[in-house]
Amino acid sequence: MDTEEYRDHPVRSYVLTSGRAHPSRNTLRPETLVRAVESRPVLSTAGRLERELVQLCQGTLALAEVAAYLALPVSLVAVMVSDLVDAGNLTIRSNHQAHVLPGKDILEKILDGLRKL
Amino acid sequence: MDSASSDRPVPGQHLAPTVARSVKILVVGAFGVGKTTLIGAVSEIDPLRTEERITTASVGIDPGQPNKDTTTVAMDFGRITVTEDIALYLFGTPGQRRFWDLWSGLADGAVGALVMIDTRHLEDSFEVLDQLELRTRIPFAVVVNQFPDSPDYPLERVRAALDLLPETPIVECDARDRQSAVLTLITLVEHAMTFPVFQKVNA
Ligand SMILES: Nc1nc2c(ncn2[C@@H]2O[C@H](COP(=O)(O)OP(=O)(O)OP(=O)(O)O)[C@@H](O)[C@H]2O)c(=O)[nH]1
Ligand SMILES: [Mg+2]
Repeated sequence: MDTEEYRDHPVRSYVLTSGRAHPSRNTLRPETLVRAVESRPVLSTAGRLERELVQLCQGTLALAEVAAYLALPVSLVAVMVSDLVDAGNLTIRSNHQAHVLPGKDILEKILDGLRKL
Repeated sequence: MDSASSDRPVPGQHLAPTVARSVKILVVGAFGVGKTTLIGAVSEIDPLRTEERITTASVGIDPGQPNKDTTTVAMDFGRITVTEDIALYLFGTPGQRRFWDLWSGLADGAVGALVMIDTRHLEDSFEVLDQLELRTRIPFAVVVNQFPDSPDYPLERVRAALDLLPETPIVECDARDRQSAVLTLITLVEHAMTFPVFQKVNA
């Protein structure tokens, strides 16, 4: 695992700090959906892992999936994703607040879907 | 499935472009109770795994490793696209107290949790249930896995032994069987809908 490139990042777990260290990370959860912004080329200064991450996200994936595919901890990937969102290379797909519980309408849709499986 | 492999899984199973919302359910329970099996039985992708190094806040709780201050916790997960716009993620994690910092972040915003129980080692689940009841407000359902040598307790006896609230669902399950596993999820979501918060909040 190549962590050399991340010496400058605060590699602390966002779940341990509840994202307090970095407000924009508050919205990132393992299930948060992300996708690459196609029109936006990755900066030439970006590291290999950042490029790989953006490449992975040519379609929608959850943060946890990105972490698993990169074989990196979710906490570290959350930091990378946060930076890439700030840089305009990634967009957050899930259109809800992370702390808000799914409403009854959502639960009904989930139930319908599960009953059809 | 080779869960011991550290090879990277082959990426590429993106969600449909219509999916714009994700929800999650936690699958918790003692070691070896069948969490990964249940997730694998219902997931549309091969279960994935991530690992997190955490600092154990409570040094000395694990008598086997009194001097260790960090430990690696694995999280297995899978996914089901339940409607064209919603993806349901299932996160499997041990639920013990010393991993609390890790899974409290996971519990945040969850639809609920499935607590998997092995009746051969009922006491192993006490700590997980305590953590859920005392430290979260998420709805949970208890899933009793049947192993070949499991004692044949009636569910009501298990309910009493676990000191569950009367409204907490408890169901038997073969975690290897897809329909059986799907039923546990349906039971949990139905239960979640009865929670007072859902009577008024619409996200
Ligand atoms: N008979 C039977 N065996 C099961 C069932 N669920 C799981 N098993 C078996 O129990 C073993 C452990 O299951 P896992 O799914 O790996 O358990 P786990 O909770 O993910 O384990 P850890 O991640 O190590 O804590 C496997 O050999 C499964 O095949 C079940 O419902 N019935
Ligand atoms: Mg497992």
